[in-house]
Amino acid sequence: MGLRAERVSWRVGGELIVDGVSLEPAQGETVGLLGPNGSGKSTLLRLLSGVRPASSGVVSLDDVPIQRVGRRNVARRIGVVEQQADTEVDMTVHEVVGLGRVPHRRPWAGETAEDERAVRSALESTGLADKEGRCWHTLSGGERQRVQIARALAQQPRELLLDEPTNHLDIRHQLELLGLVVRLPVTSVLALHDLNLAAMFCDRLLVLRQGRAVVAGTPGEVLTPELVAEVYGVRAEVTADGPEGRPSVRFLPGEPVEQGTASRG
Amino acid sequence: MSVSRTRSGGVGTTLLWVCGLVLLTLSVAFTITIGPAEIAVGNVWAVVGEHLGLGDSGLSLIREGIIWNLRLPRTVLAAVCGAGLGLCGVVMQALLRNPLADPYVLGISSGASTGAVAVVVLGVGSGVATLSLGAFLGSLCSFVLVLMFGHLVGSAPDRMILAGVAAMQLFSALTSFIVMSAADAEQTRSVLFWLLGSLGGTGWEEVWPCLVVLLVVLAVCLLKAPALDAFTFGHDAAAALGVSVTRTRTSLLIATALLTATLVSAAGAIGFVGLVLPHAARMLVGPGHRRLLPTTVLVGAIFLVWIDTVARTMLDPQEIPVGVMTSLIGVPAFAVVLYRSRKTRRS
Repeated sequence: MGLRAERVSWRVGGELIVDGVSLEPAQGETVGLLGPNGSGKSTLLRLLSGVRPASSGVVSLDDVPIQRVGRRNVARRIGVVEQQADTEVDMTVHEVVGLGRVPHRRPWAGETAEDERAVRSALESTGLADKEGRCWHTLSGGERQRVQIARALAQQPRELLLDEPTNHLDIRHQLELLGLVVRLPVTSVLALHDLNLAAMFCDRLLVLRQGRAVVAGTPGEVLTPELVAEVYGVRAEVTADGPEGRPSVRFLPGEPVEQGTASRG
Repeated sequence: MSVSRTRSGGVGTTLLWVCGLVLLTLSVAFTITIGPAEIAVGNVWAVVGEHLGLGDSGLSLIREGIIWNLRLPRTVLAAVCGAGLGLCGVVMQALLRNPLADPYVLGISSGASTGAVAVVVLGVGSGVATLSLGAFLGSLCSFVLVLMFGHLVGSAPDRMILAGVAAMQLFSALTSFIVMSAADAEQTRSVLFWLLGSLGGTGWEEVWPCLVVLLVVLAVCLLKAPALDAFTFGHDAAAALGVSVTRTRTSLLIATALLTATLVSAAGAIGFVGLVLPHAARMLVGPGHRRLLPTTVLVGAIFLVWIDTVARTMLDPQEIPVGVMTSLIGVPAFAVVLYRSRKTRRS
C-alpha cells in the first residue's frame, strides 16, 4: 500500500539517470535520499511524483500504476516541494498556500469552506498563521520554503516529496524546517545533501550513486566511513554520539584510505 | 493582513463586477453622444430599444443611422477589442510566466496583420472568414517563431521580449512589403490601419465574429482558471498540482492566437492593451484568475472605449488611429512593469 517504486529507471539520450531503484516508504516514515550531485535524487523524486513517466519499472500508489491514477488524483495525494520556487507575480502567503487547493477545485467554482479550512490548517501547522498577509517577495529563503511546504500541505497529501528543501537556508532554518517535516503526519521522502541532518531527522536512508541504489537502511546501518569514502570519495569519521545515539559524521582532510582501514566506528 | 482580506472578499469582487458592467454600459452610451452630430444619451437608449423591438425611437433615419450603423458598432468593437486584448494578455502572462507578455509586444498581432493583409492583397478568397483565417495562420506562425526563438535564447522575460521584437519587426516589414508591392493607392493607405490599429469605419459584420470568439475564449479560460493559477511557480509546479501542462498550455495559447487574430482582422494591431490592463486588474482583485479574468475583460473594455473616443475627437476632424493612443500610454507603463519585475527578481 502507499507509494512504491519498483526497479524504476529513467533514461535520457541513452544515458541512465535513474537505474533500477526500488523504494517503499512505510506510512508516516521520513526517508532521506542521499548521494552526490547528479546521482539521480531529483529525478527519482520526479518519477515518484509521476511528473516524469519511468522508462522502465513501476511507480504505484496503493498498487495502481501512478500514470493510470490521473494527474489530478495524484496531486490530491502527493505534495511536492521543489528545490527553489520563485515567481514574478505579487502574491500573499495566503494566496500561495491557496494554490495547494488547485487539484481540489472544480471548474467554475470558487473557494469553498473546505478549501479555506485546509489552507488555515496548513498555515497553522507550519507556523505561518501570523504571516498570511505578507507578500511573497518580502519573505526570506526559509520563510519561502515553509510557505511552499504549507502549500503542499494544503493539497492534503498523504505523501510529501521534498527536493533539497534546506538548500540556501542558514543552519537554524535548516533545523527548524526538517524538524517541521518530521513532525508532519505524512510520509516524507526528501533529497538531502547534509549527512548529519539526514542522520538526525530521517527514519531511513537510501543512498544513490550514478542512478543506482548503493545501500538502504537506518542511518546507523547506512552511514559508515566506508560508505562515505565509496560514494562521496571523502575521508570521514562516524561516531554514534548524535541525538538518540544516531550517527554523527565528521569529515577529514585528505584522500580516503583503502576501505576497512580508515574506520574506527 | 488586510491586503489578503480585501482581496479574497467574495462579495467585494461581485460588487466590483456589477459596478464594472454598469460603468461599461454607461461609458458606451455616453461616448456615443460625443462627436460632430448632436446626440443625447436618451437617443442612444431609444435607438437600441427600437432594434430590440421596444417601439419606434422617434428619430430621423439619418440620426438613427449615425447611432446604429456608425457609432454603436465602433464603440462596441472598441469594448470587445479592449476586453479581448486584455484577456490575451492575462493568459499569456500566466502561461509564459512573463509579466511583459502581450499579443502586440510578442509580435503575435503583427503576424496576424501579415496574414490578413496577404489575404486582402493577394485576393485569396474573400469575406470576413478568410480574412480571419489568414490572420489566424499569421498569428500562429508568429507564435511558433517567438516560442522557438525564446526557447533558443532562454526563457527569461526580457529574452522572450527580444524574440517578440524581432518577430514584430519581421512581420511589420512583411506587411508593408505585401501592401506596397500591390501598388494600389487605396490599399497602400491601409497599411497604417494594419500596423497601427484603428477602429474607424467599423460595421456590425466586423463586431459579431469578434464578440462570439471573445465569449468562447473567455469561457474556456474561466474553465481553466485554476490551471492558470497553478502556473505561478512554473511548469513542474503546475504538473505537481495536477495540471496536464502541455495540453493546457497548447490549447490556451492557440485560443489566444485565435482571439488575437479575430481582433486584428477587425481592428488592426492595437498595441499594449494586453500588457497594461492585466496589471491594473491585478491591483484591484489580486492574482487569482477566477477573479482576474473577468475583471481584466471589464477594465479592458471600458479603457478602450474611452481611448477610442479620445482618439477620434482630440484632433477633430482629423482622426488618430487608436493604436497610436494606446502606445503613447502603453510604453511608459511597459517601462514601469519592466522596472518592477527587475526589482522583484533582485530581492
